[in-house]
Amino acid sequence: MRRQIPFALVFIFGTFMVFQYFVPHETSEWIYEYLLDWIAIIGIFALALGIWSFYKVSVDKIKDKNEDWPYSVISLSGLFVMIFFGFTARTGESWGFYFPALLILTAGLGMFTMAYTETSSSKSKTSAMIGLGLIVVFVIISIMDNSWNFYFYTQEGLKNIAFISFFEHIMIPIQATMFSLLAFFISSAAYRAFRARNLLSSILLIAALIVMLRFNPYLGPVSGLMADGADWLINVPNLAAKRAIIIGIGLGIVATSLKVLLGIERSYMGKG
Amino acid sequence: MRIKYSFLLALFLLLIPFSALIFGQDGAAASGETESADSLALTLPAPVTNLKAINTPNDHGHSFTVTWDISADDGGGLKNVLFYRVMRSDNPDSSFKQRGENKLPRGASTYQDNGSKRKESDDFSADFTDFYYRIDAITIDSNVFSSSGIYGPVQSKGEWYNTGRTPVLVAVIIFLILTMIFVALAKKGADLYIRPLAGIEAVDDAIGRATEMGKPILYILGLGGADQIATIASFTILSRVAKQVAEYQTKLIVPCYDPIVMTVAQDIVKSSFMDAGRVDDYKEESVYFVTQSQFAYVAAVNGTMLRELPATNMYMGKFYAESLILAETGALAGSIQISGTDEIAQIPFFVVACDYTLIGEELYAASAYLGKEPILLGSLKGQDMAKAAIIVLMIIGVVTANIGGETLENFRELFKVIN
Repeated sequence: MRRQIPFALVFIFGTFMVFQYFVPHETSEWIYEYLLDWIAIIGIFALALGIWSFYKVSVDKIKDKNEDWPYSVISLSGLFVMIFFGFTARTGESWGFYFPALLILTAGLGMFTMAYTETSSSKSKTSAMIGLGLIVVFVIISIMDNSWNFYFYTQEGLKNIAFISFFEHIMIPIQATMFSLLAFFISSAAYRAFRARNLLSSILLIAALIVMLRFNPYLGPVSGLMADGADWLINVPNLAAKRAIIIGIGLGIVATSLKVLLGIERSYMGKG
Repeated sequence: MRIKYSFLLALFLLLIPFSALIFGQDGAAASGETESADSLALTLPAPVTNLKAINTPNDHGHSFTVTWDISADDGGGLKNVLFYRVMRSDNPDSSFKQRGENKLPRGASTYQDNGSKRKESDDFSADFTDFYYRIDAITIDSNVFSSSGIYGPVQSKGEWYNTGRTPVLVAVIIFLILTMIFVALAKKGADLYIRPLAGIEAVDDAIGRATEMGKPILYILGLGGADQIATIASFTILSRVAKQVAEYQTKLIVPCYDPIVMTVAQDIVKSSFMDAGRVDDYKEESVYFVTQSQFAYVAAVNGTMLRELPATNMYMGKFYAESLILAETGALAGSIQISGTDEIAQIPFFVVACDYTLIGEELYAASAYLGKEPILLGSLKGQDMAKAAIIVLMIIGVVTANIGGETLENFRELFKVIN
């Protein structure tokens, strides 16, 4: 029964999705959009599970003092600080005790984490008590201080300058740095791919040279030939190969979908 | 000197009639334009003819397709038609309103009038309601225009079947039949040959290598959601890999990008450990969520690769710009790497940086190869037959397109998918 109900659901909704492609009627569209909304709803619940998984793995790393465990402390701090920024915003002209309150909250949560990771029960109890005390202080400050407030149902927190600053001045540059690495990796990968070891890799090397040199203005009369050659390479053999792969992918998608719908393929439910 | 002055004087005198001719022409041209513009503004153009409006076929309703023959003064005659305006009303006698934000340029002879399906919208266009259409042929002065006769009433309605997609339906049914036939044959014990794939055969060796080295296996499901076929195919491979990993008692690490994928992957790995009879060895934290930020995920996985130095890295699923960063880092860490994706742009990166790569559909076929179950092999064979049929159809298409002729044209039309 534990397996049959999910299979029945997969069959019913999967079959509907197949028919929906051929039925343009408004009713069909409405059901389709309604079902897509469910994906978003399930995603939100799953995100909570994801955050819990992230928290647990990070705490375990700290607890076991795994290699590079301080990174997990930074990850957890980033998680809680951004959640705090995202749900709070300044109400007055000054920040008041906003940042001290944040520090107290972070310290409190840190003490709870220590209590969880501590092996000695007496130290664990002490950490938990200190953590609880810090949380109480944080609650008192947040009640007394009117210069900032919590916003759980509106988007004020997302406009919080601290939230925006942390995202724009820390997250985006780090992401850009990671993406920039791609340029160097492309160079190393290209070097490996274009080594003329045999006939096929030599052909690949020549084709790559033609495509790379097509925009070179210093080749004089040869540049036109290079451009034509590159266009031919991109639009004929390259496109033919790509289309062959696309047709294969299309058929593979249909075949896999049918296997899932008919219950032939069940591994995604943890049953081989 | 006198000769020089005489020459300049003669040149000046010679230029006078030319300059008069040039300036005179300019003036004439300018006055001609004004006259022409005046006449354009004052003369009514011929109206459009043969106006028709029909319910747009094969759609969800709330839409009409309006066609007409252009005005005689559009491109010919007085040449004074610059725009067309599509007007609609629910009353043939009054309150016609312009449809669309912009007027249509001259030469236009068709317009698809898509109204909103949402009742709260200003542009809501109700189905099963009478509407009337009129087309205005407009001159340079938007107040000077000729209106066509009124066409209507006409009603829009949603369709229950998109006839333009019939070839797809037929193809799916044929494919389904082929798959069922080969699955049935496989169940009866028919010997179905499938060509070996190096990437699949390497999976067993890679797991064995990890076991011998006492190092973990890193399995990456990609950036796709659980609703994507590439991810579903990846789940299938993960299931087989996890089962072998459980049998060999090797460590498995599965960092996930999507929380839904993580929950499914946890269940799959746990079930595989149960199937292998080693449920006690299953560790929930071996399948964990990292982040939904693309490059933060890459940073985390790269860090894991360089810290844990896995013996084998497997990249199966949907990958984007991160593919090469992951695969190159894995190569630097000295891991055996097997990849598979249906993202065409990323396949070359994997081919270069990984030891084995499953290209496109091979990713979907991997489960059948790994499992060797007759039913799965049957479906794979059905897929191969469908591919053969497509190759035959492509050859027929190329031949008929080059031969030409109305009959062959009609034959090709049978395969055309509209909308």
